Amino acid sequence: MYSLEMDQITKEFPGVKALDRVTFKVKKGEIHALCGENGAGKSTLMKVLSGLYPTGTYSGEIRINGTPVHFRNIKDAEKAGIAIIHQELALVKDLTVGENIFLGAEPKKYGVIQWDQLFYESSEWLNAVGLNVAPQTKIYSLGIGQQQLVEIAKALSKNTKILILDEPTAALTESEVEILMGILEELRKKGVTCIYISHKMPEVFRLADSITVLRDGKSIATLSKDETSEDEIISLMVGRELTERYPQAERTPKETILEVKNYSVWHPDMPKMKVNDNISFSLRKGEILGIAGLMGSGRSELATSLFGAYEGKREGEVWIEGKKVHIRNVQDAINEGIALVTEDRKRFGLVLSMDVKTNTTLASLKKISKWGVMNHNEEMKSSQQFVQKLKTKTASLETKVGALSGGNQQKVVIAKWLMSKPKILILDEPTRGIDVGAKYEIYQLMNQLVNEGVAIIMISSELPEILGMSDRILVMNEGRFVKELTKEEATQEKIMSAATGGGK
Amino acid sequence: MELKVTAQQKTNVKKKSLKDIIGKIDVRAYTMIGAIVAIWLFFGILNDTFLTARNLSNLFTQMSVTSILAIGMVLVIVAGHIDLSVGSIVGLTGGIAAIFSNWMGMPTIVVIVVTLVAGAIVGLLQGWLVAYQAIPAFIVTLGGMMAFRGILMGITKSTTIPIFDANFIALGSAYFTNMFGIVLAILAVVILVILTIRKRKTRLNYGFEVMPLSLEIMKILFLSSLIVLFVITMNSYKGIPFPIIFVIGLAVIFSFIANNTTFGRHIYAIGGNSEAARLSGINIKSRTMMLFVFSGLLSAVAAIVLTARLSSATISAGQMYELDAIAACVIGGTSLMGGSGTIIGAIIGAMVMTSLDNGMSLMGLDTYWQYIVKGSILVLAVWIDIASRKKNK
Repeated sequence: MYSLEMDQITKEFPGVKALDRVTFKVKKGEIHALCGENGAGKSTLMKVLSGLYPTGTYSGEIRINGTPVHFRNIKDAEKAGIAIIHQELALVKDLTVGENIFLGAEPKKYGVIQWDQLFYESSEWLNAVGLNVAPQTKIYSLGIGQQQLVEIAKALSKNTKILILDEPTAALTESEVEILMGILEELRKKGVTCIYISHKMPEVFRLADSITVLRDGKSIATLSKDETSEDEIISLMVGRELTERYPQAERTPKETILEVKNYSVWHPDMPKMKVNDNISFSLRKGEILGIAGLMGSGRSELATSLFGAYEGKREGEVWIEGKKVHIRNVQDAINEGIALVTEDRKRFGLVLSMDVKTNTTLASLKKISKWGVMNHNEEMKSSQQFVQKLKTKTASLETKVGALSGGNQQKVVIAKWLMSKPKILILDEPTRGIDVGAKYEIYQLMNQLVNEGVAIIMISSELPEILGMSDRILVMNEGRFVKELTKEEATQEKIMSAATGGGK
Repeated sequence: MELKVTAQQKTNVKKKSLKDIIGKIDVRAYTMIGAIVAIWLFFGILNDTFLTARNLSNLFTQMSVTSILAIGMVLVIVAGHIDLSVGSIVGLTGGIAAIFSNWMGMPTIVVIVVTLVAGAIVGLLQGWLVAYQAIPAFIVTLGGMMAFRGILMGITKSTTIPIFDANFIALGSAYFTNMFGIVLAILAVVILVILTIRKRKTRLNYGFEVMPLSLEIMKILFLSSLIVLFVITMNSYKGIPFPIIFVIGLAVIFSFIANNTTFGRHIYAIGGNSEAARLSGINIKSRTMMLFVFSGLLSAVAAIVLTARLSSATISAGQMYELDAIAACVIGGTSLMGGSGTIIGAIIGAMVMTSLDNGMSLMGLDTYWQYIVKGSILVLAVWIDIASRKKNK
């Protein structure tokens, strides 16, 4: 018995077939993972399902519990019990949890909101998702993980039968992921059907009962979890046998280039709180140093403060190539040969209203200008070279970066920092939210850079990536490095136990 | 090696169709020019005097103050800020000019320098508050708008100060001789041709694609005929009005700053995404402060033109000019969200506003109608802009 059947769905945009006779069938009460590279058609399929693309703009049939349905808008889909939770949460930050849960559906009597009823019912829904906060709490005081649970509570309050989660764990810490997984397992027991879109194979394999793979707008296969493996799913997603997900290269780390001694960083708003506490470490030319740790452990703060971009107070010594340096701002850092590819490229990495060319040169305008006057031809030439070197897929150099896919946007950010000719390249979550193919290209690029003598610090939450790429791994926990592991001795278990504060 | 790279680039950059190339020319600017032509034809048909050389000469003189203010305003808005104080700075610095000229009897050059310095200092103060003290520009300049007007009333004791210095007055009301106009036109065309040839040459040297020669020639011919037409029209009255030269000069300088300097690029980056700009090593604070200095400086230039044209400083001089300047920017395609906008667009926007003012006054329309029409045009322009952007998506 299928709870949802999408049969032969075809959706065309001018010039592109986004979905090509996709068939997607979900059994009642199961967690069904939907996997595919970026651009494979996952989001389009879900937009068709949730009524965002109304009936008539696609061909094919959608059946719920065996009856054909035709959604004209999102409200129709909601009435049929379909709710979607997007990657970027859609809560009103200044309203309370209760108000958000009932937003647009407030219990009313003669047009007057029944606050007691609203808060009472909200607390019931919060219980159902295991979130222990008062419904009067303002959203902004909650963590991202808690906000996600509020979204789920909101969806459940609408009598949802089919819950769609789009990359729900992208912004969650490990412990929040745990909670979310528990909730989803609870919901499965209660008979809620769940469609789970994710890049992360361990999550998919832990949660899902079945897995459907999309590629290039076509449904490739639907498999039961027990009869498949991570590697098989990944090879189905990319359409080729991935013999190795992490390109290997012989590396010979040379002399020490960066030394950080007794380094502490304080939180800018809470002057007594240390986000990095008495850290010492070194980095050698031609090596990749992996920094693992949970979100909020102080990894990004270390990166941004070394880069001169963190606002809190700092203390300690930084030596580059045997010279003590004082980095007061980003410009100093660039001059000393440090580059930082920040996490969250849309917020911190790119100017979306500008094009590929101008984003590429933004941190190195001095290289293409004289007395503050730019040479547009030099700018074209150098950005063109980076587009070729990184194999960035873009219609032209004048294409706005907002129009590129995630992987290509990331390549533009990396190009920006390669152009500054760094000696030390810090990558903060360099492959988050980008597809497998682009990931592999970025790994290859890292190998190439290391080969050229660049020293790389890679911060990542994805343990396989840390294990696959690093020569040395430092694990951070509550602002300190608690463990150092060589490539040979490192395992996921060792890293996790150190990162979560075990094995001290 | 060099050759190889060039060859690769040639194959890599796709051959572009004519449509792409025309698309790359600033379509917006050309539609705006179309709008001006339509407005002029409209008033020209309804009113015999509108399209006379005399009226057009007046129109250009009238638009000069708004244009100069709009040039500074564009950059401020592009960076994601706003400057509501420019009208009051015009009033204040105009008052200072009159005081130095009339009460103190200073020579013209001293008056000009003092006025410009005053404008820059006022801008610096506001810029410092916005950039380094993180007070929203809306508040700082709203406060400035009131405070500067107050200072003006205080120092002039709320009187109108006439100016008798003929040299100073000439800055706002003199005309260049016909000969000068012709020389200027020839010079402008020659520079245009040289710049185009040079650009083509360097681009070819780099192995980049260039526009088809025919299109390039058409563009030159079009712009040249505009220049010639302008000079002939002005010469058939009294010659090119002095203030217009300020506008042209400042427009060229600031367009260059916006498009060809790292400072300009920084401004656009800050307006587009200030966090990303900061993390790319751009000193946001100093850039922001500099913007307000420019804005103050340009307000002082506008004050000189205005005070000279009216040959007196009044306490109401420049009132509401900030709104005209903002409207000019917005009509000219500057986004109030920051990150996009052009100088040339703002000047065309100023021309639209002034043409409406001038045309409606000539037709003897009641003042209240003029306000209603100008307000509606502003909203309409942004509406069309937003609607067309949605379509493009």
